[in-house]
Amino acid sequence: MLADAINKTARRLPTWALYLVLALPAPWYLYQGLTGGLGVEPIKALEHALGEFALQLAIVGLAVTPLRRWAGVNLLKFRRAIGIMTFTYVFLHLLVWLLLDVQILSQIWADILKRPYITVGMAGFALMLPLVATSNNWSVRRLGARWRKLHRLTYPAVLLGGVHYLMLVKGFQIEPLAYLGVICLLLALRLRLTPRPRLA
Amino acid sequence: MANRWTNKLTRSDVTPEPIFMNRRRVLAGLGLGAGAAAGGATLLGGMPNAAQAQDALDPNPFEDITSYCNYYEFGTRKGDPAENAHMLTTQPWSIQIDGLVDKPGDYALEDILSQMTIEERIYRFRCVEAWSMVVPWNGFELADLLELAGVKPEAKYVAFETVLRPEEMPGTRYPVLDWPYVEGLRLDEAMHPLTMMATGIYGKTIPNQNGAPIRLVVPWKYGFKSIKSIVRITLTDSEPPTSWNKAAAREYGFYSNVNPTVDHPRWSQATERRIGGGLFARRQPTLMFNGYEEEVASLYEGMDLKANF
Repeated sequence: MLADAINKTARRLPTWALYLVLALPAPWYLYQGLTGGLGVEPIKALEHALGEFALQLAIVGLAVTPLRRWAGVNLLKFRRAIGIMTFTYVFLHLLVWLLLDVQILSQIWADILKRPYITVGMAGFALMLPLVATSNNWSVRRLGARWRKLHRLTYPAVLLGGVHYLMLVKGFQIEPLAYLGVICLLLALRLRLTPRPRLA
Repeated sequence: MANRWTNKLTRSDVTPEPIFMNRRRVLAGLGLGAGAAAGGATLLGGMPNAAQAQDALDPNPFEDITSYCNYYEFGTRKGDPAENAHMLTTQPWSIQIDGLVDKPGDYALEDILSQMTIEERIYRFRCVEAWSMVVPWNGFELADLLELAGVKPEAKYVAFETVLRPEEMPGTRYPVLDWPYVEGLRLDEAMHPLTMMATGIYGKTIPNQNGAPIRLVVPWKYGFKSIKSIVRITLTDSEPPTSWNKAAAREYGFYSNVNPTVDHPRWSQATERRIGGGLFARRQPTLMFNGYEEEVASLYEGMDLKANF
């Protein structure tokens, strides 16, 4: 019942509307940061808010296929929008880190190589580059079966995002573990327990 | 003994908190900021890097100091302590002083305070997370409290413990750290005139989120050494365990002196960001021993500060 209602709404909702809604938090956070709404240390607050939202979007993106398979909810037409907006927020998160947080160019490169949580985060970002570059109809047509294969990079990319969060906190904290748990669960749902019959 | 250490700046140099932000804006607007500060400091008697030091010792507003805190017993987000710490009962309060002391026992806070002279100390405060503030603390020297209890000659270290009341401290429901929070100092560090027990900020009673009713302040060490809401002080002859060292020995050493040349494994300690500079705040260089090198470097003469981080 619920699934039907969601599917009906989803069919009527144009994808541009989703792009618009998902784009709104970015200027909102920026406005908050400029006007004191993010507290007395707005740089870290903005950096973390963007990163966390990106991780949440990535998880929603990973949930699309399991929702369709196990709950009959079809959000497939929004998956590209979710993916592209995930990348956008990861990119903004990275920009805030580069330009507002670290600021010093030589230190940025040293951090990427020397600090494992940054190495992991950058690796996740790098894996997203071919994904966002091929998130268009032309690439899907052109790459054919290879497109599906290529887009399995989503799995390690999201996993690296979750690990990046876990690695950067001090002490034993629940939130990053919860995110990583959900990511692992969504990835585990994709493991096929029985091999698919092969067509000769 | 109060007044063994004096600020290079006195309270008269501190503009009252509501107008201090405006003054800074006026100076910046006139393009006088650094120049005026340098001129003033030179007249005061040329300390090294005077302009920078003078600028750095403008205290952060009360709002900065009390809204942006690490006090994991009340939650791990910076705003959690300000939100949750009101639950902590700080009266009555006593500190158990034991171990290698002549007069062990429970010392009621009001009895301690009746024997102390409260003074103001404007200190730099550098968090291990590479942010910093300047805080006008009110309190007394730890040495005076230790003298009250009588330190036995065989004592070499001082161990501290934070109150642990799960019903008043929602963060302790999670094993973020091995509760209760514990810290420690070498005896000579503890007896140093810079080391203080703070009971106030800006002349007001110290807010709960900042470690009420009484906390340690060791300005040349990373902030986590300055343990909050102290209920026990133990004099020992061996190095006491410390909470962050137990949680991650590779990242947090017993000494944890502010040192721009020894990085945290996960981030650089060469620079820091002063809280309160907004979204476009520039990083500034971190000073050796947080700017207290002259006062404390002798404590570590001949020590390898990379090995004893």
